[in-house]
Amino acid sequence: MNQAEHKEKLSVHDALAPIREKIQACIQCGTCSGSCPNEFAMDMTPRHLWRLLLMGQAEDIFHSKTFMLCSACYYCTLRCPRGLPLTEAMGELKQIAARENLVPYNQSVRFYKSFMESVRRHGRVQEMEFMTLYFASMKSPFLPLRFAPLGLRLMSKGKVHLHIPLQNDPESLDAVFRKAEEMEKVRSEK
Amino acid sequence: MKYLYYPGCSLEGTAMEYNVSTRAFMQAMGHELIELKEWTCCGASAAEATSRLLSLALPALNLAIAEKTEGAKDILVPCSACYLNLKKADEKIRKDPALLNKVNLILKEKNLRLQGKARVRHLLDVISQDIGAENIRTRVKKDFSGLRIAPYYGCQCLRPYPVFDDPEMPRSMEPLIEAAGASVHHWDMGGKCCGASHINTEPEAGLELVLSILREAEGADSIVTVCPMCQMNLEAYQKKISADYGKDLSVSVLYLPQFLGLAIGLSEKDLRLDMNLAVSGGFRNKLRGKRSEVRGQRQEVAMASAA
Ligand code: SF4
Ligand code: SF4
Repeated sequence: MNQAEHKEKLSVHDALAPIREKIQACIQCGTCSGSCPNEFAMDMTPRHLWRLLLMGQAEDIFHSKTFMLCSACYYCTLRCPRGLPLTEAMGELKQIAARENLVPYNQSVRFYKSFMESVRRHGRVQEMEFMTLYFASMKSPFLPLRFAPLGLRLMSKGKVHLHIPLQNDPESLDAVFRKAEEMEKVRSEK
Repeated sequence: MKYLYYPGCSLEGTAMEYNVSTRAFMQAMGHELIELKEWTCCGASAAEATSRLLSLALPALNLAIAEKTEGAKDILVPCSACYLNLKKADEKIRKDPALLNKVNLILKEKNLRLQGKARVRHLLDVISQDIGAENIRTRVKKDFSGLRIAPYYGCQCLRPYPVFDDPEMPRSMEPLIEAAGASVHHWDMGGKCCGASHINTEPEAGLELVLSILREAEGADSIVTVCPMCQMNLEAYQKKISADYGKDLSVSVLYLPQFLGLAIGLSEKDLRLDMNLAVSGGFRNKLRGKRSEVRGQRQEVAMASAA
């Protein structure tokens, strides 16, 4: 293991601690798995994921796509007999994948980051810019083709616009984003 | 009554007709909407997937703008994802003064300060609780008795905060549909998940979820929705899903205020039905009703859609 990988591993491990704390009371009943609409597409059930988290098995968690397949329907959170904030915990696992740019989650992480970049620049998302940023970050020549048919239909309805977004937009949220990043960094270094 | 109004990014782009029809319907029912000045993105599902602090600070910023805005206290939000983001920030901040301080440190960058006084309301909450079915019934102008409507609620206006409906067995749209003179397509899919942004990031899983909903909509003339993400997922991929499934599953999909607006006599043009991606010709004919007093408007609509 090189040094960078080692460092990544450590920071992932530390970041898991607060999430583990949230689900400490899990009794492994499986209600969450049985309620999850995405379970059919997951390589590991939510109940199994919580078990790995309780045992601190970061490696297995971040080899699985389970948490990225959470669509935040909140069924598990609603039904968990221990009242655990499971959807939120799934979200926090996504945040680690985003922060560490973990390779298996590229497609989703870059999608969300491109969205946030557009919001950062203009305060509101600019659809065309967001998709352009996403395609550029994925560097896949075929990806835009998947989105093209819908994009054209939306354009013909006048729902997406080709205008070029402002540079140095006065509505930029750059300062807000920077402050939040700074505060999160302090927290994770502690 | 007056409401503060947070449209959110989708309603300025891919869900323009939701914006237009919400405004038209609320106005026709005698309510005034005060749009928040300089509102910003709530973070959608992207903030939650990238930064916990931003996922709270972005909605909080809009709550702070709402607190500064005069004229009303309740913030009306038509998009379920925006609604939940705003609601979640509000709930968390009220319970946790330390978190409020933290968020305020970020909002300071925009010279804003949040106290925790605003009240976040989903459009369906306002229509079903404040306006109510009776009020709609007395204004109905069309005869929709031949229509069968499938109410689709999605997730985030129901869960995790059960505010105006049962989070597992939602029913709040049923009296509204009946008040409009139509009948309810009873199904189990009303509160099931459409996959949200999976359609972009995990398309196979997303399409599977949409398929399971479209399959159960069979027999309905239209699905009605209360969220831009649900609407887009249900309307935009019908062709592909039908082809893969080997059966035509196409069905009209309208936003709730479009459907109720039509019932009380607003025109297809007022409600921008032309912007929807799935409205069948047969459904349009049924929509145009049978009562004689709407004949004049009927011609106008026919001309508008011919143009
Ligand atoms: S429903 Fe709750 S208690 Fe049961 S397995 Fe899932 S997380 Fe654990
Ligand atoms: S919130 Fe996520 S993990 Fe929980 S049931 Fe819904 S999709 Fe599954």
